[in-house]
Amino acid sequence: MLSLEAVQKGYGGGSVLQPVDLVIDRGRTTAIIGPSGCGKTTLLKLMLGLLWPDAGEVRFDGQALSPRNVEALRHRIGYVIQEGGLFPHLSARGNVILLAEHLGWRRDAIERRLQDLCQLAQIEPAVLRRYPAELSGGQRQRVALMRALMPDPDVLLLDEPLAALDPMIRFQLQGELKAIFEGLGKTVVLVTHDLAEAAFFGDAIVLLRAGQIVQQGTLEDLVTRPAEAFVEDFLRAQRAGLFVGGNPGRHA
Amino acid sequence: MPGSLRRWSGPIALLLLACIAVSGPASAGEPVAVGSKKFTESVILGELASHGIRQSGRATVHREQMGGTRVLWSALRRGDIDLYPEYTGTLRQEIFADHALPTRQALRAALAELGLAMTAPLGFNNTYAIGMRSVPAERLGIRAISDLAAHPELTLGFSNEFMDREDGWPGLRRAYDLPHEQVRGLDHALAYRALARGTIDATDLYTTDAEIQRYDLRILKDDRGYFPDYEAVFIYRHGLGPDALTQLRRLEGRIDEAAMTAMNARTKLDGVPETRVAAGFLHKTLGLDLQVAGTTAVERLVHRTGEHLALVVVSLSSAIVVAVPAGVLAWLRPRLGQAILAAVGIVQTIPPLALLVFMIPLLGIGGPPAIAALFLYSLLPILRNTYAGLQDIPEHLRESARALGLPLRARLRRIEIPMASRAILAGIKTSAVVNVGTATLGALIGAGGYGQPILTGIRLDDLGLILQGAVPAAALALITQGMFELLERGLVPRGLRLASTPR
Repeated sequence: MLSLEAVQKGYGGGSVLQPVDLVIDRGRTTAIIGPSGCGKTTLLKLMLGLLWPDAGEVRFDGQALSPRNVEALRHRIGYVIQEGGLFPHLSARGNVILLAEHLGWRRDAIERRLQDLCQLAQIEPAVLRRYPAELSGGQRQRVALMRALMPDPDVLLLDEPLAALDPMIRFQLQGELKAIFEGLGKTVVLVTHDLAEAAFFGDAIVLLRAGQIVQQGTLEDLVTRPAEAFVEDFLRAQRAGLFVGGNPGRHA
Repeated sequence: MPGSLRRWSGPIALLLLACIAVSGPASAGEPVAVGSKKFTESVILGELASHGIRQSGRATVHREQMGGTRVLWSALRRGDIDLYPEYTGTLRQEIFADHALPTRQALRAALAELGLAMTAPLGFNNTYAIGMRSVPAERLGIRAISDLAAHPELTLGFSNEFMDREDGWPGLRRAYDLPHEQVRGLDHALAYRALARGTIDATDLYTTDAEIQRYDLRILKDDRGYFPDYEAVFIYRHGLGPDALTQLRRLEGRIDEAAMTAMNARTKLDGVPETRVAAGFLHKTLGLDLQVAGTTAVERLVHRTGEHLALVVVSLSSAIVVAVPAGVLAWLRPRLGQAILAAVGIVQTIPPLALLVFMIPLLGIGGPPAIAALFLYSLLPILRNTYAGLQDIPEHLRESARALGLPLRARLRRIEIPMASRAILAGIKTSAVVNVGTATLGALIGAGGYGQPILTGIRLDDLGLILQGAVPAAALALITQGMFELLERGLVPRGLRLASTPR
């Protein structure tokens, strides 16, 4: 579905991403994990064309991403960031339907889609009249998810979507999100710094360190066949409260 | 904001059109435009010409107290006005300073080359003179300047300017061999009081000063012809038309020094409006019966408010139309943006008066140059706030907008400009309030408005008149401020106001 071929990216003098090759499988959830500054957010932004690689190519469904086609391709990609990235001057509803309005959807089509999404994200329709400043953190992420899903994209990119929530809400939302992803069967790429979250969501885990992919596979692969010593260190550091393949529980 | 903008664009456009219609240049068949300088005598002469020309059946408009010689002269050259009162001395010493034009014929020829002409002298000479109180002058038998030489005990007090000018006291002393040792420099306005108290015995004055009558002064005859002639004439454009000219020429030779001094005193000391003084004179000398349309204070206020609003609304609207897109451009193209901000910043450092005068050669006098100057002043606050408002949008929100797949125009229209709307509106408010105040200076170049009574009030030293302009100007500034606060409630999205209140 999405592939990075020998993608390289630097800011100023320093290199953020070494040449990286990565294939994201269709219909699966891939979790990108690594210590902060390892380049995981950069990787996500490259997939959206928010950044352009210094070398190499990003392909979406076989098409090379370029400034020419990026806007159209973004309609097929949903993007959710930490704290939602909702526009404060628009109501929750305004945020969700912004793109549909721009694309000239019919009013009844918008309303139908909105109803479906409310159900999916478990948001009371009345809540949509509120402005982002009037929403709780969890509601903001639900609305952000609705906005991302509005055009029924093929791919969802999530950058630390739950990191800013308090642990109780986070725990509840993780379960709901996973159910939603499984129900929709979409290709999902999730960036997190938390191994438990990566293991909970990810069919595949991509472990990044200093702009390079260290290992790629299931959690079992990482645990049983670590590619190098860093993988073992990383796993050990995050081990507290971890249940392999199960519900992550509390890990504040 | 886009929705609200669309809702407002109709009325705003209409208002703009109306303002342009009010302030724009008149079309063919326009009235004769009479100009006058910013001192009482010139305004009275302008009124005399206006009343007279109206006798020929032509409409007139008197652009009074437009400014100094340079302003009037270039307005006449451009055809913004058809005539104005001038002095032969000013024509020779200032306007044609590079030419030697000793005779009246030479002066006429120089004017004719420019498509201009002048009337015969109106009858008085407003030049430097030396004056004494009548009673001591009579007692000492002093009638002419040369008589002063026999009285070295007299104390002379001259205006500072007259003391310094080579053609002032130094030249006069040589020309008349005056022996006086006690000579003081002082302010012109104080000289009359010093004379009345006897602190000084003689001073320099202008031959038609209103105060000559009030202080019962005698003008000493310039028997050696030292002072140059400043004979009053009208200069006019060749296109003036025979009927209007005939009426104008009826004033030739009819106004002597005493008559002009009396008229100056009527306005300056008694507070009678120039138009009534002029009408009274024409009745007495030419037997003309003139209806002087008296306007009530309310009518004048309404008229000036209209003029003032036209200046503010047209200049501010144009500034918004230019500065908001320029601010957006500056934000999108940072290098170009720095250049734009610097250029507009430089304009802001030009003093208002200088900017107004710069505009005259380009746009003439009246509304357009004033609007252009106000427009330039209004740019910076709007531009800078637009730029800063956009700059303040958090990076992650700008990225979210791009990530949605919205093209640049849609992002600006739906997200970025609305998010900056509060800053943009604050910039417009600043410009509007400053604009209301600065617009009072427009009166200096004939744009009218609240500045007109302020200008007249300063000229006549009449505090009441100054307040007639200053109070409404201040009120308008406050109203403008209030209106923008209401507008902010309507235009700034509710979500933004919520977002900025700490919770």
